[in-house]
Amino acid sequence: MLAPKSCQILPTYAHLLPLPRFYLYYKGFPPPYLTPRSGHPNAVAEKGPARTPFLGLKAEYFAKPGSTADRGPHYRQHPLGSPCGSASAKDSIEWEGRDFLKALIKKSALCGKQIHVLGCEVSEEEFREGLDSGINSRVVYHDLFRDPLNWSKTGEAFPGGPLGALRTMCRLTDPRPVTVALDSLSWLLLHFPCSTVCQTLRALCHQDSCGGDRSPGERVNVLGLLHEELHAPGPLGALGSLAQIEVSLRGTMGQASAHILYRKPGHRPTYQTQWFSILPDFSLDLQEGPPLQSQPHPDSHTVLVDPTSHVTFNLHLSKKERETRDSLALPFQFSSEKQQALLRSGPSQASGHILYEPDAYDDLDLEDPDDDLDI
Amino acid sequence: MFPELNHLLNTTPDKAEQGKLTLLCDAKTDGSFLVHHFLSFYLKANCKVCFVALVQSFSHYGIVGQKLGVSLTAARERGQLVFLEALKTSVDIFFQPPVEPHPLQFLREASAGNLQPLFEFVREALKPEDGGEAKWRHPVLLVDDLSVLLSLGVGAVAVLDFIHYCRATVCTELKGNVVALVHDSGDSEDEENDLLLSGLSHQSHLILRAEGLATGFCRDVHGQLRVLWRRPSWPAAQRDRSLTYQYKIQDKTVSFFAKGLSPAVL
Repeated sequence: MLAPKSCQILPTYAHLLPLPRFYLYYKGFPPPYLTPRSGHPNAVAEKGPARTPFLGLKAEYFAKPGSTADRGPHYRQHPLGSPCGSASAKDSIEWEGRDFLKALIKKSALCGKQIHVLGCEVSEEEFREGLDSGINSRVVYHDLFRDPLNWSKTGEAFPGGPLGALRTMCRLTDPRPVTVALDSLSWLLLHFPCSTVCQTLRALCHQDSCGGDRSPGERVNVLGLLHEELHAPGPLGALGSLAQIEVSLRGTMGQASAHILYRKPGHRPTYQTQWFSILPDFSLDLQEGPPLQSQPHPDSHTVLVDPTSHVTFNLHLSKKERETRDSLALPFQFSSEKQQALLRSGPSQASGHILYEPDAYDDLDLEDPDDDLDI
Repeated sequence: MFPELNHLLNTTPDKAEQGKLTLLCDAKTDGSFLVHHFLSFYLKANCKVCFVALVQSFSHYGIVGQKLGVSLTAARERGQLVFLEALKTSVDIFFQPPVEPHPLQFLREASAGNLQPLFEFVREALKPEDGGEAKWRHPVLLVDDLSVLLSLGVGAVAVLDFIHYCRATVCTELKGNVVALVHDSGDSEDEENDLLLSGLSHQSHLILRAEGLATGFCRDVHGQLRVLWRRPSWPAAQRDRSLTYQYKIQDKTVSFFAKGLSPAVL
């Protein structure tokens, strides 16, 4: 087991790192940022600072949406000086990410942002379903679901196909802050080479360097939905390195959890787990931890059976037997009593002696007992 | 149509849901009983069915359909069923002069093309009739099965695109349903098949997965069926998102029971 070794190594790190959350690593889990795909079911929810930000969506940020000091969820000080921000949500077959994406879109819309959705996987009606009219009015849906590959040849498809649609988003002239939601990145990765997709995403993020009308204070936030099972680790890693925040959606026992990885330039990536549920109007309900009471899950009909209960021999120990076993000294353990016993025993004791009677053919030569020296 | 399966899925032919993609997959067992179920279900529900049968002949489905109470010949004659028998028509591509884009045109192409001719065939078959009242309820596309397309040289992305277009036309535009069967290769590490299965799983509303038992073959329990409802995930609070049952296939029906509670064992 890795546990003993890592418990010896990690304490030495603990005093170097001032962040209290690293104490969780005492439990023997490897630092999660080394295995970004793991999203292992670390059900220990972080009880860090009292107002733990969820994707940085602290409550007060939405109270003052116009603040340029808004370090919102998708904000990052790009090293080149132009602000950008992107977040990717990875989902799986069992824990679907589209509702989560819609919840984030709703939060962005409530901030006053204009949302542009590149919809490749679901129809516009299905995407807009459940969002109220105020939010729907802020959402512009670029429909790539109906005819993405221009099979119908009616001329309704986007010129340049899906990539062309994505590139036109790089040149948006809307002066308002904009959020671009990609539904989904997986569709783009399956149809275009990974390098093209990454380059287009990067161009999307750096719109002011593309020379739009965007003022330096405005920024484009990009949200991407990615289906984890469809891709090899290579493209996943490439997209992950582009994203400032990576959210992996998991869950246990009917409760969804988001494993969030923040990458801040110049800082160590930080990792956080947040349990949540999505309400019917697509608002996020953050929860403290997994439901502690385990309601009987309909699938787990397995009853814990004691395997030692039906064997024909007795595997249990009574209390007295257990005490005797615990107090037994191991034969090869060199305790002080044994040392004294050996020192005291001299050649006078008969135990342990070998009695040997050499017969006529034995030639006991003490200088050559094995009789193999050929002198 | 198996009444017990209808009960599990909480549907009847009268109130079948519309606009859904149902994915059938099987692992280590034969899941074709699900195809027969849905074929007879939708024929009994008075829907117009387009069946793309890539693995078996018409008579095979006809014989099983008769046991389940539907006559495929009669359905085809009255126009309710459009049957693409790939085993027969694939020969036409090679031995007849090419007249128009054949649905199975991809068999002739050297490089892995796309499935647009097949999609055009499906769209033509299911398009609503002009004029007059509609005789049938919503259209349904059944495909048996998609893994065969991978063996025939079509790429996984091309198959995903085909199902995407079918979903856009049949589910969204025509408010019909699509049911497709995919085999799960399991341990054999077929990456294309895994990609196809995962991609379809993400697109589908309902996944029915027939698995063989982990302990091997059994006379009384033929396998295990896992039902996963995906979208819309909102009413998930109201019903179970996932169910697991074991089943036994009999001559004219399939009986379902909870895990470990087969009547043969109790």
